[in-house]
Amino acid sequence: MSGVQVTTRRETAPVTAAGTALDRWGRALQRLPLHLVIVIFIAIWIVPTIGMIINSFRAVGDMGTAGWWTTLFPPHGFTFASYQQVLNTENVATSIVNSVLITLPATVIQLAIATMGAYAFAWMNFPGKNIFFIVIVGLMVVPIQMTLIPVLQFFRATGLNGTIVAVWLAHSGYGLPFEVFLLRNYLGGLPREIFESAEVDGAGHAVRFLRIAVPMTVPAIASLTIFVFLGVWNDLLVALTYLGTSPNRPFTVVITQLVTSLGGGWQFLTAAAVLQMALPLAVFIFLQRYFVRGITSGSVKG
Amino acid sequence: MEQFITAIAAVIFVPLVLLGYIILGERVVERLPERLQIWIRPYFWALPAIGFATIFMVYPLLRTVVLSFRNNADTTWVGLNNYVYFFTFPDTLTSLRNSLLWLIFYTSISVALGLIIAILLDRVRYESLAKIAIFLPVPISAVAASIIWKFMFDYQPPGTTQTGTLNALLGLAGQQPVAWLVNSTTNNAALIFVGIWSITGFCMVIISASLKAISTEVLEAARMDGANEFRIVQLIVTPLLWPTITVVGTTMIINALKTFDIVYVLTAGAYDTDVIATQMFNQLANAHYGRAAAVGVVLFVAIVPLLVVNIRRFQQQEEQR
Repeated sequence: MSGVQVTTRRETAPVTAAGTALDRWGRALQRLPLHLVIVIFIAIWIVPTIGMIINSFRAVGDMGTAGWWTTLFPPHGFTFASYQQVLNTENVATSIVNSVLITLPATVIQLAIATMGAYAFAWMNFPGKNIFFIVIVGLMVVPIQMTLIPVLQFFRATGLNGTIVAVWLAHSGYGLPFEVFLLRNYLGGLPREIFESAEVDGAGHAVRFLRIAVPMTVPAIASLTIFVFLGVWNDLLVALTYLGTSPNRPFTVVITQLVTSLGGGWQFLTAAAVLQMALPLAVFIFLQRYFVRGITSGSVKG
Repeated sequence: MEQFITAIAAVIFVPLVLLGYIILGERVVERLPERLQIWIRPYFWALPAIGFATIFMVYPLLRTVVLSFRNNADTTWVGLNNYVYFFTFPDTLTSLRNSLLWLIFYTSISVALGLIIAILLDRVRYESLAKIAIFLPVPISAVAASIIWKFMFDYQPPGTTQTGTLNALLGLAGQQPVAWLVNSTTNNAALIFVGIWSITGFCMVIISASLKAISTEVLEAARMDGANEFRIVQLIVTPLLWPTITVVGTTMIINALKTFDIVYVLTAGAYDTDVIATQMFNQLANAHYGRAAAVGVVLFVAIVPLLVVNIRRFQQQEEQR
């Protein structure tokens, strides 16, 4: 390199330009395998979803005779037939409404209770506090399978089995340990001085909680809300166990039951899958920052 | 209609009730003598949370342990019969084996891929866009993911047009189509791959966050000393990321053991794909409560070591606070 520069000193500018261009090409070529590997990964991770979404806009007959990729070339033959069929299938429309009616209250109930409990663990001292909290940390990893039978029997005994109230309560119980843990860490990290000066000014715990703790915890609560909401929306096991075939069962359960009951001709369920995942994907795309922040704060620190 | 009213009522009234509980409760507590306040107040605040955890987790957990030693109708003690059944019946043994396969392959591959992808993407300019692509399956439910992969694995008899993406690719390569979900040599691998596909983005995001925290100076110094990129990843990046990798790894182990949705929707446990969680659900659905409880206890016992690890880690963090 330096030799070239010395012999052609007079034409420095064009030569170095050519040299760096060549250099850049060389480096780009060296990095080609890197880009290639990444492109392959990206393809594996998005092509299945894209293929399914494309299929959902095709006629059921076409899906059974030619792959989704054939639609990329004319004649495309796009149609909303699958969506019409899905929405006209028994129970589907109601189950979508059920999903909303299950998810919103379940989310609100557990977050309200968790925030209150987390405040006690963060800013109050009481005997047994550490033991209680260690139990909560332990409960975070207990598989819900361990609770299904007794809770089912409890719901049967109280007449709640098959009602949406049952799933609200169950989801709240299952979600609480993680939420209390996360919110307590967040609340505990708030500056002590603010609470102390409020106490000096005569503010009781109710005021300190509602006027200081809750407003300052909004970022954490927002991230958590997204997670809890999507967790309940996407849940299958809890709803399947406590609602089963009840008319109150959510979308995920109805889709699953259609998949297993239809031997063939299940292809129109692509439209159901697209409808089911539309909300989570929209939440992810529009609230990406909260989403990723929630994941990293929940797992790295937890 | 009635449903709507209950749901709206819950969304509005539950926070209002809690608000009333806090404000009125505090009024009462404040009137109490100072010494009593210190005792009562924290329990008053934590009571709803502790109550829920007790009713829906602690009590059921203990009760399930008891039920696992009872007969299915819960009328007599049967000793270890339910466990003997679990460890001798071929079907349940298959589910145990499959859960072990999930545990090993799902955990190691999803964490490894998360690490590899995070490191690779750290070196290109389109990182954030590529991350979105890899992360995309994370918010998708297992139910929807299963339908997505039903199309990838779709199988038509040889000689007819293959509509499944994978079999069409095999056809291009001149190979015979494979019945991925039916063939017992491929179906577990196929299901585990769907699990990996769904979760790799999650691993990647967490590992990538710690990767960004490694100082570039350390890496530059190593490059100046002539270390190649593979050595840098092996000797500097991976050891520095190890704490994060273990945290992600434990989460993945728990996920692997609890796997239910993907198997239930894609094969319903047929063709030897049952895992512990689907096995347990089937026993439960058939009202074999004793057996189902025993399966649950086995699952729980497998998770206990992780529970201990989690509590230890929590205690260490507390000491640092």
